[in-house]
Amino acid sequence: MIGLALAYLRDRGLVTAFNILLIALGVASLAVLLLVSTQVEQRFARDSAGIDLVVGAKGSPLQLILSSVYHVDVPTGNVPASSLALLRGDPGVARAIPLALGDSFRGARIVGTEPEFLALSGASLAQGRIFAGTGEAVIGAQAARQTGLTIGRRFTGTHGVGEDGSSHDHMAFTVVGVLSPTGTVTDRLILTTIDSVWAMHGIKAPTDTAHSDDHSHDGPSAAILDPRSVPAPDITAILVTYRTAMAAVRLPSAINRETALQAASPATETARLLTLFGAAFDGARLFAWLVAATGLLSVFVILLSAATAREGDMALLRVVGATRAQAAGTVLLEGLVIAAAGALLGLAAAHILLAIGASLFPTLAAVGVGPTLFHPGEIGIAAAVIGLGVFAALVPAARVYRTDLADTLARAT
Amino acid sequence: MPLVSRMALPHVRPMPPVLSLRDIGFARGGRPILGHFNLDLAPGEQALLLGPSGSGKTSLLNLAAGLLSPDSGEILLRGEPMPARPAARDALRRRTVGIVFQTLRLVSALTLRGNLELAARLAGRPTTEIDQLLETLGLAHRAQARPRELSQGEAQRAAIARALVARPALLLADEPTSALDDASADRVATLLTGLSAANGTALLVATHDSRLKAHIGRTIQLERLA
Repeated sequence: MIGLALAYLRDRGLVTAFNILLIALGVASLAVLLLVSTQVEQRFARDSAGIDLVVGAKGSPLQLILSSVYHVDVPTGNVPASSLALLRGDPGVARAIPLALGDSFRGARIVGTEPEFLALSGASLAQGRIFAGTGEAVIGAQAARQTGLTIGRRFTGTHGVGEDGSSHDHMAFTVVGVLSPTGTVTDRLILTTIDSVWAMHGIKAPTDTAHSDDHSHDGPSAAILDPRSVPAPDITAILVTYRTAMAAVRLPSAINRETALQAASPATETARLLTLFGAAFDGARLFAWLVAATGLLSVFVILLSAATAREGDMALLRVVGATRAQAAGTVLLEGLVIAAAGALLGLAAAHILLAIGASLFPTLAAVGVGPTLFHPGEIGIAAAVIGLGVFAALVPAARVYRTDLADTLARAT
Repeated sequence: MPLVSRMALPHVRPMPPVLSLRDIGFARGGRPILGHFNLDLAPGEQALLLGPSGSGKTSLLNLAAGLLSPDSGEILLRGEPMPARPAARDALRRRTVGIVFQTLRLVSALTLRGNLELAARLAGRPTTEIDQLLETLGLAHRAQARPRELSQGEAQRAAIARALVARPALLLADEPTSALDDASADRVATLLTGLSAANGTALLVATHDSRLKAHIGRTIQLERLA
């Protein structure tokens, strides 16, 4: 009977192909939405792993997170370098890593930081060594591919995070290391020392940026209450990891209320961002189900009309020995095969689309969207569509099942 | 006592008719079609049902196939009463009866060979005889053709092949030659009667095509009931 069902599908090949295509479109849309939203969420989670708080200049907290954690927006401004020492002196802070941002090379952002930054993303060196002196740079795996930089190569950065910034020709970097891929934002960064970024802008490093003595350990000191009192050089942001749970309660509010700095939580801002995305995803998901439903409705219409058109065939099938259930089963099988083919084709198309999308649009690759993730939800989508395909075939199959053989033969012969 | 009288002679049970219609009464839409109709068809026997339109030829075939139930009387297939339960009736028909219709010949989506394979499988018969059957019916070169690609004569021969591949004990044919020209009708009738004789299959043909009288000796005349 499977052979017969396939023969009927082949017999009206074009209609079957369009039917499958329509279902595949819906399934592909649903799967793409699922995979993109999952990959973006996972990427956000990976990129912000180990970062409890970001301290930077006043402005939009979301912008601060996007620029300092995900490296997809421009920074909100700079903060005094002394803020770092103050935060490091806070008993609630386990780790504070400075960032100096604002320059790039061939689209890859240059990040002035400290070697401890690598621990955040679990990055390790594939070649060379970690940056140590001014002008030394370590490049992420994707940045290496993107810029063509290799160990020993020299390059000069440009001002700004776009391709068209002015060049800092007076300061050349030398690549001393290349990182292994991490699957995080670190892959597309060029890491160097804070001093290097300052040097690129003609700023001399202070003698001690690591620690300042003019603070207490009770909270943010007077020094960061008024950043104008602290002389340049500045840094862009500080990535903070709490030592105690109490710090999560005390530190952000203290910084935001009592200082000229801004503290933003990646978890909170990312959740806010995903909520915004979520509404758009929900709308798109609704539309995708509508496309899938159109495909399934066409299964119903086509099989219903086929059940009427092949009344004689079904009667003949019964005459040559098929049972009622076998005759009706061919219709159910057709619904099953169309829906299953549509579901499988749709899932394959989703992954192919993501592969093409990630290669054509760097922004997609930048947020971690790619074809290799398989989500259990894909099986759920396929199962739901196949189930609905069989459901759509139920009424036509019931019509075949209930057919009166003698009446049909009287009409058909 | 003579020796022969002391020997236990084996009891030979006579072969029952393939089809027995006993005192059949049948009406449709309040109009009587058959009344007190009787017919026995022995294994391998061939008979022609003749009569005008509305005389009950097709109804008789459908009753014999278990597709319709009589209002009165009894139908036996190979001595086995036609079951009242539709599923059991279908099963008995599957084992015993092959049917050739005038226009409804093959499943449209399958090739000729696919039709024969399906019929053989549904009847639980091997598919190994299909090539020989197609050869005999002059259809070997059309094995992969779709029903819509066959001529009327080819399609009717294909329908005979489809019915015979299940090796039925009884072959029922409803107007098998009516739509065919003389040459095709003669070829179909020759094959139908020849193959049923060769296989020991009883043949009952309902027709108003008098050309078949030349091929089948026994005729049963039906008249429209008042």
